[in-house]
Amino acid sequence: MARSVTTQHKTIATVAAWIVALLIFFPILYTIITSFKSEQEAIQGFNLIPSGTFESYTEVQAQSGYFKFFLNSVFLSVGSTILALLVAIPAAWSMAFSPGKRTKDILMWMLSTKMMPAVAVLFPIYLIFRNLGLLDSRIGLMVMLMLINLPIVVWMLYTYFREIPGEILEAARMDGASLWNEIVYVLTPMAVPGIASTMLLNIILAWNEAFWTIRLTTTDAAPLTAFISSFSSPQGLFWAKLSAASTLAIAPILIMGWFSQKQLVRGLTFGAVK
Amino acid sequence: MKLRTLILGLCSTSAIAFAAHAESITIATVNNADMVRMQTLTEDFTKANPDITLNWVTLEENVLRERVTTDIATKGGQYDVMTIGTYEVPIWAKQSWLLPLDKLGDDYDAKDILPAIAGGLSVDGKLYAAPFYGESSFVMYRKDLMDKAGLKMPDAPTWDFIKQAADKMTDRANGVNGVCLRGKAGWGENMAFLTAMSNSFGARWFDENWKPQFDQPEWKNTLQFYVDLMKADGPEGASSNGFNENLALFQQGKCGMWIDATVAASMVSDPKSSKVADKVDYALAPDNGLGKRGNWLWAWSLAIPAGTQKADAAEKFVSWATSKHYSELVANKLGWASAPPGTRTSLYANADYQKAAPFAKMTLDSINAADPTHPTVKPVPYVGVQFVAIPEFQGLGTTVGQLFSAALAGQSSVDDALKQAQDAATAAMTEGGYIK
Repeated sequence: MARSVTTQHKTIATVAAWIVALLIFFPILYTIITSFKSEQEAIQGFNLIPSGTFESYTEVQAQSGYFKFFLNSVFLSVGSTILALLVAIPAAWSMAFSPGKRTKDILMWMLSTKMMPAVAVLFPIYLIFRNLGLLDSRIGLMVMLMLINLPIVVWMLYTYFREIPGEILEAARMDGASLWNEIVYVLTPMAVPGIASTMLLNIILAWNEAFWTIRLTTTDAAPLTAFISSFSSPQGLFWAKLSAASTLAIAPILIMGWFSQKQLVRGLTFGAVK
Repeated sequence: MKLRTLILGLCSTSAIAFAAHAESITIATVNNADMVRMQTLTEDFTKANPDITLNWVTLEENVLRERVTTDIATKGGQYDVMTIGTYEVPIWAKQSWLLPLDKLGDDYDAKDILPAIAGGLSVDGKLYAAPFYGESSFVMYRKDLMDKAGLKMPDAPTWDFIKQAADKMTDRANGVNGVCLRGKAGWGENMAFLTAMSNSFGARWFDENWKPQFDQPEWKNTLQFYVDLMKADGPEGASSNGFNENLALFQQGKCGMWIDATVAASMVSDPKSSKVADKVDYALAPDNGLGKRGNWLWAWSLAIPAGTQKADAAEKFVSWATSKHYSELVANKLGWASAPPGTRTSLYANADYQKAAPFAKMTLDSINAADPTHPTVKPVPYVGVQFVAIPEFQGLGTTVGQLFSAALAGQSSVDDALKQAQDAATAAMTEGGYIK
């Protein structure tokens, strides 16, 4: 009896999980379906069966060079992630293994900066970028993306590092390891799964960032978010083309997320259950 | 050997000199068909100007507006040419954010620009933006349904006739709505239509002392007429419909009449995308016999921000893109029907264009019927037909648009919407220092 109840619960939970997953994924699925419709079909209302035309993809490719934007997205997301890890690993190490009186306050303060609406600092940031000659520069945008994702990276690594026994690091110190050696040869290899999941999440966040990437770029540094934005039209039908552009923009990160989902889930849930 | 070295040296020097001389200009634009077409034809410009290269930034209309405003206000210098509308030009020119266009060239023929359009893009007699394409609004209607209703559309209909025709054309069992009008909230969406419509009802946004006028009977008559008309003869969910949604409805044969931008004429009469292409005719926007019609005036125009370091190259490009030569280039490559409409008198005198675009005369008459400097029956302190050319209008227009859209959706009454609009406008005008 108990076994049948457990099986029933499992079935209900599985069905519920599938329904929730489908609900979450549905907007993306519908975008992909719409990309294979004609503009007329796209605006006619809800319809899950497209005519299967590739017209929108052809037009999107003819209108804007996808690969230039794609390469910028890769450069910015990977570059900002590497920069963020370089800053966050020592910071998280320090907070996890030699916490001060105010460490928790600092962590909370770092996280609180994520709660500030980006538009509130648009003008100051724009002026700083202008004065430093960083508008439409990949390096400037890479630093910006690193800064806005840094709180999450530090938090994730901090949570991960705290799970590593401090005695192992002490043992390394006893064996004469310097601080650098301790971080590079002892801590980092042990934390590789956590660093990998943090890295993956940060790449996804940087890839999808649309506020600053659209506002601080024009042509040279513009990533795929700017590419998508260019397909909306005030006068003329554009839903199918916009869907094709969106599908092209999200496909690489969606595929990457699919293959690395185990690491991502592990990284996001680490430390949540003890 | 020496000669070869000399030639190689000369070539290298020339290449370096050319590279150092080449100027690259960045153009911010929107994703409209005419703009996209221009991007495909720029080889003509770069061939004639090999020292200038063009970079394009295409953005969604609102993002473009926000980005160029940020850039121009901070003198960011990101753009050398900007695509802006009739709303921005007078405001930005007065702030000295735009360069006057006084070096467009001897053969540019600025006098050929339609006077109504040129008036909307000039401040103190100086042109601050060159029109790339212009538009007014008019009635697009189905001749077959009008015949079936036993009516004949006059060239210049009244609102009462529109109501009568809409009632007769509505056939909801067969998915036909008598009339399709904008209902989606936004200063450039439903408020463009409703502000132009209100002009023909004798209403105005503000009196001569900037006091909001939504508590006056003219606005009540406008909004009540609009809501009643749409409830009786409009499509379902009309409060979510903007230009693009109504375009799709009309092209699918679901609207008897559609009052909207004149540029839509080429889209509804295109057999490739419109099921009713051979059944469409046009009339002037309606009036109420008060001397003003419910049509607007807009021009997507190219302007040069004051912060640019490449003003000469930018002005050369603006001159090329808005010239008669450009219209001829489009006509040669794609046919006269694709020439950017609504900017030049000569285009409307061209027999080939008239033949290719049967809506040409009605478009011209509509543009000529709009007067941005005297848009209303009663006097007003502002310019702009479907907008008020003050910086506060974007925010206020959208707020009022949301209130009117809610009234159309039945979420509030016409009286409540007008009262709230009056309160919002009074607060905005007080905050802006226009009234105390």
